[in-house]
Amino acid sequence: MMRFMLLFSRQGKLRLQKWYTATAERDKKKMVRELMQVVLARKPKMSSFLEWRDLKIVYKRYASLYFCCAVEEQDNELITLEVIHRFVELLDKYFGSVCELDIIFNFEKAYFILDEFLIGGEIQDTSKKSVLKAIEQADLLQEEDESPRSVLEEMGLA
Amino acid sequence: MSPSVRLQEMIRVIRGARTQGEERGVIQRECAAIRAQFRQADNGTRSHNLAKLLYVHMLGYPAHFGQMECVRLIASPRYNEKRVGYLGAMMLLDEKQDASLLITNSIKNDLSHSSQYVQSLALCTLGCMGSAEMCRDLAPEIDRLLRASNSYIKKKAALCAVHIVRKVPELGELFTPASRSLLSEKNHGVLHGAVVLITELCERNPDTLEQFRKAVPELVQIMKGLVMSGYSPEHNVAGISDPFLQVRILRLLRILGRNNDTASDAVNDLLAQVATNTDSSKTAGSAVLYETVLTVMDIKSESGLRVLAVNILGRFLLNNDRNIRYISMTSLQKIVQTDHNAVQRHRGTIVDCLKDQDASVKRRALELSLALVSAVNIRSLMKELLLFLSSCPPELRAHTTSGIFNAAERYAPSQRWHIDTILHVLTTAGGDVRDETVPNLIQLITTATELHCYTVHKLYRALVTDISVQSLVQVACWCIGEYGDLLLRGECEETESVQVAEDDVLDALETVLQSHMSSPATRGFALTATMKLSTRITHNVDRIRSIVSIYGSCIDVELQQRAVEYNALFKKYDHMRAAVLERMPVIDKSSPGHTNGESTGGSIKDMEPTKRTQEVVLPQEPANQVCDLLDLLGGSGEPPQPSPALSTTALGPVSSTAGGDLLDLLGGLDVTPVPPSVIVYEKNGVTLKLQTDKQTDTGMTITLTATNSTDRDITSLTLQAAVPKSVQLQMKAPSGDVIPAHGLGQVTQTVLLNNPNKVSLKMRVRVCYTSQDVVCQDTVQIDSFPSPAW
Repeated sequence: MMRFMLLFSRQGKLRLQKWYTATAERDKKKMVRELMQVVLARKPKMSSFLEWRDLKIVYKRYASLYFCCAVEEQDNELITLEVIHRFVELLDKYFGSVCELDIIFNFEKAYFILDEFLIGGEIQDTSKKSVLKAIEQADLLQEEDESPRSVLEEMGLA
Repeated sequence: MSPSVRLQEMIRVIRGARTQGEERGVIQRECAAIRAQFRQADNGTRSHNLAKLLYVHMLGYPAHFGQMECVRLIASPRYNEKRVGYLGAMMLLDEKQDASLLITNSIKNDLSHSSQYVQSLALCTLGCMGSAEMCRDLAPEIDRLLRASNSYIKKKAALCAVHIVRKVPELGELFTPASRSLLSEKNHGVLHGAVVLITELCERNPDTLEQFRKAVPELVQIMKGLVMSGYSPEHNVAGISDPFLQVRILRLLRILGRNNDTASDAVNDLLAQVATNTDSSKTAGSAVLYETVLTVMDIKSESGLRVLAVNILGRFLLNNDRNIRYISMTSLQKIVQTDHNAVQRHRGTIVDCLKDQDASVKRRALELSLALVSAVNIRSLMKELLLFLSSCPPELRAHTTSGIFNAAERYAPSQRWHIDTILHVLTTAGGDVRDETVPNLIQLITTATELHCYTVHKLYRALVTDISVQSLVQVACWCIGEYGDLLLRGECEETESVQVAEDDVLDALETVLQSHMSSPATRGFALTATMKLSTRITHNVDRIRSIVSIYGSCIDVELQQRAVEYNALFKKYDHMRAAVLERMPVIDKSSPGHTNGESTGGSIKDMEPTKRTQEVVLPQEPANQVCDLLDLLGGSGEPPQPSPALSTTALGPVSSTAGGDLLDLLGGLDVTPVPPSVIVYEKNGVTLKLQTDKQTDTGMTITLTATNSTDRDITSLTLQAAVPKSVQLQMKAPSGDVIPAHGLGQVTQTVLLNNPNKVSLKMRVRVCYTSQDVVCQDTVQIDSFPSPAW
């Protein structure tokens, strides 16, 4: 299973972290620091897989962001690369040519997309279209909830 | 203005901070504002405040005060608040926090909510951070959703069930019936979730595994459908129809087919089909093929299929994509033992990968190459390995050298080849070889009697070229000392003859002695070699005498001691010199791991007081350490180093001379075998061992070692001893009074006994310690000591 997924920039700034196992806050920070160091030290021509502690790390760099997943011994690294790629495609479709700034300023939306794509580290739906549709619907639902309130506020009746 | 702009504004402000201190200031202000907002009644901005807090949390700042807010927001009827609340729960609440239990009820309610998107939030959160209690509480709900809901919810419920099973394996039985029926769903998301769930259930419960074996034909059908179907735009990835689902099904088939002939038979055809029909030009196809190969190798497949699988891996080795090459080598490594011949066919490609740019690919290629070495290919493969050694990255050198040595030892076609190989390694990477290399090589050289002349010539030439590699210099010095006469004689069949004069040889040894590059151990070798030459040369004995006497006042105590002894040999015992320094007999190698296991025959007696040698080199057998209390160098405290990849200069002066000291003719040659130890006390997880060492006729040294196998440290350990009246007892200070738990460390204490009247030796030992906050005290009587090693 996937233990966690990290997104971080070339400068070592964490942009997203999703943990699928219960880990203490202190340990999370330590692991993130260590792993960022290891991955950022890799040269461009090296393979996307490496061994770290007892896990396999699968990472890929998209523009200025590193997408990094930790999987277990028996997991298929190549399909994990595909999972990462699918996630990037989803972000791209949603934000329209996604870049790092989109993920910084709309981090909660990035999380929502991730949560619609993976649960417990496993893919929910292998169809890109259906995931995007679900997010769209959820966003609509959110907007419906928001707009009435702001109208009331405007009228001073909140 | 839209409320979420405030979040984005805050982000902008934080990012605009120029220093860490400025950022901290901004964040502190924001957090204070957020805290104040939380305390107020609902004002419609709660979700945005929580979102701001989550951002701050991601930057690494504390956010625990938001936990209760998450709980409140989850309970809110508004979707946007729930959404952020659940996100906050997943980020801030993990099962270790007490607050996580508070959301169980909200989740339960939301699981039956009318809106599927709210249900989805609850399922996602439970599936990500649900604790064991929450899982137990809500499992029946999940089971209900697995059976009766739309596919959007079913797929999420399946993955939620996976999480539940991981947390509370016993609940697996609850989900088994529902998961079986999910296999007939058409929706790929549900199917994928079902396959993952079934995989999880089968991995944890052998009975469930039995049950699901009946589902193999169904799975095969689904898989066939995917492989043979035409283009399906919804699930297509680079020409492969739903590779994610294919990989999961293959993995499940692997688990079901393991150790089961019927299941394996049923999938043989399918695997052959997948292997031949899948296009591996892109990652997606390669992922499916990779999973197929793993499955083929793991179940009881026919040999033809196995060969096909290995060939796929071989094809992967030639792929342009580095990742695929890496994967293939990892897989080949796993099967090289079982399918050795099949992998041998791809040896050429594997050896080529030694030249790859990527260090991890190189490492894989190295391990595979070493695994593929056999008597047949040793010569050609060794050439490649030696080539690799000259250009390999530093972190792999130690591994390479030890691999080469092992291979050479097992498959050397001739002794000359073996010696040449070791010498080649020493010249290329002498700094990265294990410490045992020097004595091992020396032992090898002594056994190759016909090659002494050749070896000493070769080593002399190497010594004259370069004296920086300590291991090589040590071996060279030893050989020159031992076979110097052969060197000076000049002719040698195996190599061109070179006239070497006595002065040249002595010059070379003196250079080693005086060079700042030589480690103390190396200088010891050189001095002894110089001394040995005094019986093997004719004209320059005076020169040797003067060298030896100069070193009699050397600052290095080891060298000084040797020089003084050799001087004495010249002055007082000159009549014995020839006998003492004569040629060594062939050294017997008693077992791997022992460097100088046995004494080198009794032909050499020493008149000087016995100077015991230190055996610190062996990482595997610390008990071999002879506790030499008279050792002036104090090297006896040195623990054996576990890592074999130490350069010889890393250990203290005594350690690396293990080989040289064995051959130190005036030192003690008898190496004591393992001093026996007896367990005298074993209670409450504390074990006390007694080890004896006889020093003199009447005196004995005992070492008491205490270890602790409980899971808490033992503290305040004291040992007291009493002996019969005429025996004198002296207890040295213990190494400590705390024994670490789980056997991670020990406490030792040395006891010196003097028994001048040679009465029968008995000893009473009182052991006091505190274990699990209880003070314990016990007395043991030791009537018989293990026969001391002599």
